[in-house]
Amino acid sequence: MAQAKAQFGYRRHPDQDRAGADVAEHPVVIVGAGPVGLSLAIDLAQRGQKVVLLDDADRIGEGSRAICFSKRSLEFWDRLGIGQRMVDKGVVWSVGRIFHGHSQLYQFNLLPEPGHRRPAFINLQQFHAEAYLVDRVEELPAVDLRWRNKAVALESRNDAVALTVSTPDGAYKIHAGYVIACDGARSSLRQMVGADFSGQVFEDQFLIADVKMTAEFPTERWFWFDPPFHAGRSALLHKQPDDIWRIDLQLNRYADPAIEKQPENVRPRITRMLGHDKFDFEWISLYKFQCRRMDRFVHGRVIFAGDAAHQVSPFGARGANSGLEDAENLAWKLDRVLRKQSPVSLLESYHIERSAAADENIRESTRSTDFMAPNSHQEARLRKAVLSLAKETEFGKRMVNGGRLSVPSIYETPLSTADEDAWRGGPRPGASMLDAPISGGAGRHTFLTEAFIDQGARFTLLAFGNGAAVEDAPQGIGTIRIGGEGGLVDAEGLAVKRYDAEPGSAYLLRPDGYVAARFRHPTRERLDAALARASGLN
Amino acid sequence: MPLSTSSNFAKPDDAFRAIVEAHRGLTEEQSADFDATLVLILANHIGDIEVLQEAITLAKRRTLDASQQQQQQQQQ
Repeated sequence: MAQAKAQFGYRRHPDQDRAGADVAEHPVVIVGAGPVGLSLAIDLAQRGQKVVLLDDADRIGEGSRAICFSKRSLEFWDRLGIGQRMVDKGVVWSVGRIFHGHSQLYQFNLLPEPGHRRPAFINLQQFHAEAYLVDRVEELPAVDLRWRNKAVALESRNDAVALTVSTPDGAYKIHAGYVIACDGARSSLRQMVGADFSGQVFEDQFLIADVKMTAEFPTERWFWFDPPFHAGRSALLHKQPDDIWRIDLQLNRYADPAIEKQPENVRPRITRMLGHDKFDFEWISLYKFQCRRMDRFVHGRVIFAGDAAHQVSPFGARGANSGLEDAENLAWKLDRVLRKQSPVSLLESYHIERSAAADENIRESTRSTDFMAPNSHQEARLRKAVLSLAKETEFGKRMVNGGRLSVPSIYETPLSTADEDAWRGGPRPGASMLDAPISGGAGRHTFLTEAFIDQGARFTLLAFGNGAAVEDAPQGIGTIRIGGEGGLVDAEGLAVKRYDAEPGSAYLLRPDGYVAARFRHPTRERLDAALARASGLN
Repeated sequence: MPLSTSSNFAKPDDAFRAIVEAHRGLTEEQSADFDATLVLILANHIGDIEVLQEAITLAKRRTLDASQQQQQQQQQ
């Protein structure tokens, strides 16, 4: 099977020659150079932190694996300097169609309005995304990426974590201020801290076949219940770059994985679906899945992110995307704690916000899975009723669940300042910022998300009109002014509309682009209080 | 708005009869399908998750009570 595989060399590091009292000390060690670990390393490095990134392999993983990256993930990657590269390579999409048998039940558009820098989703093989992330890491001297370095033992102390790392040259030790475990669903660090990882196991099996072919299907997500080519079960078709198509077929729970994944057994299934056999296999995988999360994402100085901390079913693109949201959420908080700008307790808000997001993702993906694979006769009967109602009612269509796709969570968090003013719309505290087109003084067209990046992805005041807020903004925070004299121009009025803004309105954005507070008429006192709260200082 | 359990139909017998008659001529399987479909239609019409939850609680309590009574009678 032809597939891009980036190979990286193991290099001996001087740390390996140090032992005893001379053991190397690092503020942050990230374990696992997947999308989450790499993105976190880049974010921390861009914030001025030095990061050691360990990975037990010496190449990027096989298979397409995660393929759907959300708007929110792209906005994060924009901040890391690689969003455009991902979008240029990826397949942009926003429309999904749901079929039942021969006929279409309905279609949905995940981003029906213009005026956003990034699309609802791109499809991109995980190995492409990882390769671009590694390229970016290699531009950053602050990230020390060590391949074939496997964390094999961990000892938590008051002031540091002692890690034992095994390499082709034998084991060595390092001390880390913080260890961030991004080592995936089978996380060995999770076992080392003795954390439980239980949840719901799903017995149904799904077959993934990525096939290479030239086809004229539109770049949409197509999902079938009970299609004529795969009776009684569900199927998914989705386009990736390089003329690769993701096909996902539900199998029964008794299927024998060793037999089912044989290409000669997969080929007739795909041929029935496509109506021809002019395709080559790129990757075949058979999987079952679990929905589960750790009770605590923060274990003292060991912090868990991505699949290591939580696992969901793949329907909804909530795996990699939620892991990236973890990274984005953690990076600025860890940076502030390391700089002693915020107390260590700020890290607790990472657990609060991201474990609630994990619960939401588990709930959504469990519902999708249960709809696709009903657990009892009566569940199957209710699903049948929904599918039949969907043929002629709007509410029936909306109840059909072929996967609810990842959107950013809204955090109920101690970092938010509750609204005191009246708002009819706009992102509320705890929600992520919304994009809108704006233009700069020289007529340069840009987007709010870009303006936020230009401010350095730090606490930023987004102010509308000629308000006193910007002139009197607290020290050290960025400012974006829309409208008024010298402000950015909101020619289409979309920024004002999306933020329900009036002259004088202002939003305080966190360094991860979430809304911390908003005011109709901010005063310095209220801004200071909101900023302190969002920094974990009270 | 809480779940209404006072009598809402001017002629409750007509409502009961309408549902009974809808089942006439259906197989057991079709009857069960019909009930599921009707439940979803009515749930959407109510359009209030709290009222729906109350209705579910009431229906479940009556179902479990009834099956318990039946068991006790069989034991006597």
